[in-house]
Amino acid sequence: MYNTPRSITLFLGFLFILLLCYPLYGDLIFGSKSSFYMQKLTTIIIFAILAMSLDLLVGVSGLVSMGHALFFGFAGYVLALISPEYDAANIWIVLPAVLASCAVIGLVVAFLTIKTSGIYFIMVTLAFGQMAFYFFNDSDFAGGSDGMYIMMKPAVMLGDIQLLNLESKQTIFYTSLACMALVYLILRMLLRSPFGQVLVGIHANEHRVKAIGYNTNHYKIVSFVIAATLAGLAGFLAATQYGFVNPSQLGWHTSGYALMMVIMGGAGTIFGPALGAFVFEILHSFFESFTDHWLMLMGTVMIAVVLFLPNGIGGALLEFVRKLEKKPVQAQDGEKSDG
Amino acid sequence: MDLTTILIQLLNSVQYGLLLFLISSGLTLVFGIMGVINLAHGAMYMIGAYLAYAFVEWSGSFSVALLLGIPVMLVVGIIIERFLIDHLYKKDHLFQVLLTFGLILILNDLQSLIWGNDTHGVPIPEVLSGSITLTDTMQYPVYRLTVSAICLVLALGMYWVIQKTRLGMTIRAGASNREMVEALGINVRTLFTIIFAAGVALAGLGGMISAPLSSVYPGMGDSVLIICLVVVVIGGIGSIKGAFWGAMLIGLVSTFGPILIPSLASVMVYLVMAIVLLVKPRGLFA
Amino acid sequence: MVEAILKTEKLTKRFGGLVAVDNVDLELFKGEVHAILGPNGAGKSTLVNLLSGDLPSTEGSVVFEDQELTGLPPYVISHYGVGRSFQKTNIFPKLTCFENVWLAAQSRQKTSMRFFRPARSMKAVESLTLSSLERCGLLHQKDSAASSMSYGEQRQLEIGMMLATQPRLLLMDEPMAGMGKEESEMLVSLIKDLAKEYTLLLIEHDMDAVFAVADRLTVMVNGRVLETGTPDQIRSSQQVQEAYLGNEGGF
Repeated sequence: MYNTPRSITLFLGFLFILLLCYPLYGDLIFGSKSSFYMQKLTTIIIFAILAMSLDLLVGVSGLVSMGHALFFGFAGYVLALISPEYDAANIWIVLPAVLASCAVIGLVVAFLTIKTSGIYFIMVTLAFGQMAFYFFNDSDFAGGSDGMYIMMKPAVMLGDIQLLNLESKQTIFYTSLACMALVYLILRMLLRSPFGQVLVGIHANEHRVKAIGYNTNHYKIVSFVIAATLAGLAGFLAATQYGFVNPSQLGWHTSGYALMMVIMGGAGTIFGPALGAFVFEILHSFFESFTDHWLMLMGTVMIAVVLFLPNGIGGALLEFVRKLEKKPVQAQDGEKSDG
Repeated sequence: MDLTTILIQLLNSVQYGLLLFLISSGLTLVFGIMGVINLAHGAMYMIGAYLAYAFVEWSGSFSVALLLGIPVMLVVGIIIERFLIDHLYKKDHLFQVLLTFGLILILNDLQSLIWGNDTHGVPIPEVLSGSITLTDTMQYPVYRLTVSAICLVLALGMYWVIQKTRLGMTIRAGASNREMVEALGINVRTLFTIIFAAGVALAGLGGMISAPLSSVYPGMGDSVLIICLVVVVIGGIGSIKGAFWGAMLIGLVSTFGPILIPSLASVMVYLVMAIVLLVKPRGLFA
Repeated sequence: MVEAILKTEKLTKRFGGLVAVDNVDLELFKGEVHAILGPNGAGKSTLVNLLSGDLPSTEGSVVFEDQELTGLPPYVISHYGVGRSFQKTNIFPKLTCFENVWLAAQSRQKTSMRFFRPARSMKAVESLTLSSLERCGLLHQKDSAASSMSYGEQRQLEIGMMLATQPRLLLMDEPMAGMGKEESEMLVSLIKDLAKEYTLLLIEHDMDAVFAVADRLTVMVNGRVLETGTPDQIRSSQQVQEAYLGNEGGF
């Protein structure tokens, strides 16, 4: 199940190196705008993490969550709330605290929603996302609809030595890139693990998985909690990069965009949603550069993807590579991701 | 809280509940019968409100606005069903969610392109602008009562159509067995178009009659959609009866919630939903 | 001496006003092949679903090897040693044959909440998977996608998955439904082979097959047990003749 063909691994490696080397060629291509584009790329990389974490639910476990941004935004709020106002927070304290609180909230939401399925699950996750949105939007302690600022970025210290300076744009860029690679590897590892095998089975035929002796609800809940925690990591990075968090980051539009990235990239392939995040955000910036009405264009793109590219870019890539390799028919369907 | 306030708030909550039912019924009908989740339902509500604004500006008459607005909504519904929703019947809910989400982005943007981003008001029609006296100290606006009456009449009408007519029988059968309905010689294709258009028109009508009560503003459909989803989830997806009681419950909670527990006002309805789900994961009337 | 492996007492299932299974007292002996006969709507499949936990019973109890199963969910019952196959093919179509059986075999691990080690490195699961595949006769097909296999092979796979859960009692709901003659014969010999090792509860419409493999039969009509006995006893039973077999032209 889920072996990425070698040629696609190479292609992904190439893209990764291209990103890794951006600071070397950014100035040459974009001149004075290079730093601006590096920030943009950082944002996209963070979205890629969010999209990959959502793929664990949507593409792997078959749990279509329309409220995944809840954890993304919640992480930012937790960071803002526990950071000292005029001092840098200690990352070794705030990062685990943020991730743990996302895991706990994920557990609560999972517990309330996991017995529902199909369309119910979609609606209920959406509603919980909005609950969080209104909670922060109407709150006094969290700045209401303006959101909150994080004046000082968390300090990454080892004893007295500063390991990373997150105030630097380039450091944030590389930190996010490293996190993206890490999340990708974690998810691939999960997919190959006994746990991941059960999730794949649940997606394909939950009834059968119960009959052969698995308590499927437990697996779905754990899957939800892991996805929530990884989305929390993305939220932590986003809040650190921008230095502020606002309610719209928890809102259902953000959840919808994340879901779109997953489908656009190819659900269930893990690498696909990361590609989806890049394509989605690059299109977004491109449309925004020449019209105020870019939402209309994005909406059109979304409809077009649903109608014409339901397996996403990742699905199309896999199919293309398989045709090239002309592998014998056996087991192809088995490997194909379950879009 | 004295008795008068309670009475007024009770009337308000019933009025809000009935309006919510009117809008939610379209959402739950379309899901229950066609198996389609239409996230753009809230956008239809918004279009209805803007149409009311535009037609009242143009003609000066709210009744003319209603007479023009409803056919426009029906046409919008037919176009969307024929060109977009038609591709989704056999697909995963995931794709329905994404396509209709894309539709929201387009419609919200169209709204700002046509009417701009300002907030507008729609005057209450003059005949209905008065208040009736309930007690010595208490008055209640006629327009709110009219809105309640319209919703109530439509609710009863819907009940009658679904329970007593041939079309209703077809609708109920279509919900459970598409092949059987086709075997009876009924064109499911046309039936689905009618139902979707009716659902859109119900949302649009909801938007039109609530325009004079609240203002008309960009993004107004989004919050309505979410509340309707909560109503439908509480009642049980596909159940008209569920949508009715779900809407009444949410009406009560969102009117009395802020008065009784102000600190939880904005999340109250979601808490109610969470509790219902804990007890009955498929809704009250599924 | 015969020893009961599974016993139901007054097992009842009502759907609204309809009584699908009505006060069924059933005893399965260890090592026997026990077939359940009855016209459509007699409640046979519902009975299997009650035993496997797929449906909750309205009243009555199920005891398996001194273990009370009443009210337990399917995944727990599976772990107590009751395996089942389904009337409608119920597999993972997009996975390979091997992966289908693997998932069933992996369920016998203490837990599958393991996140780090690749699943395929678990030797015990692999050997259980392979032996189950061999037993159901699909070893040569192990890398085929389940959806690409013939209907008969998918039915075999269904049995392979059940075997991989290391059950002691097999509940088989119409394993031969929809099969051609040759496939049926294959399956009858597979069932005979399984009978050497397992206790079997079999629901089957194919009379020839039933009488060929069953040690005892239970005839159900309208949710009730009409009679239980050896094939000879059932064949000669007046009651059964009248109520059921007679209408179908007897034997």
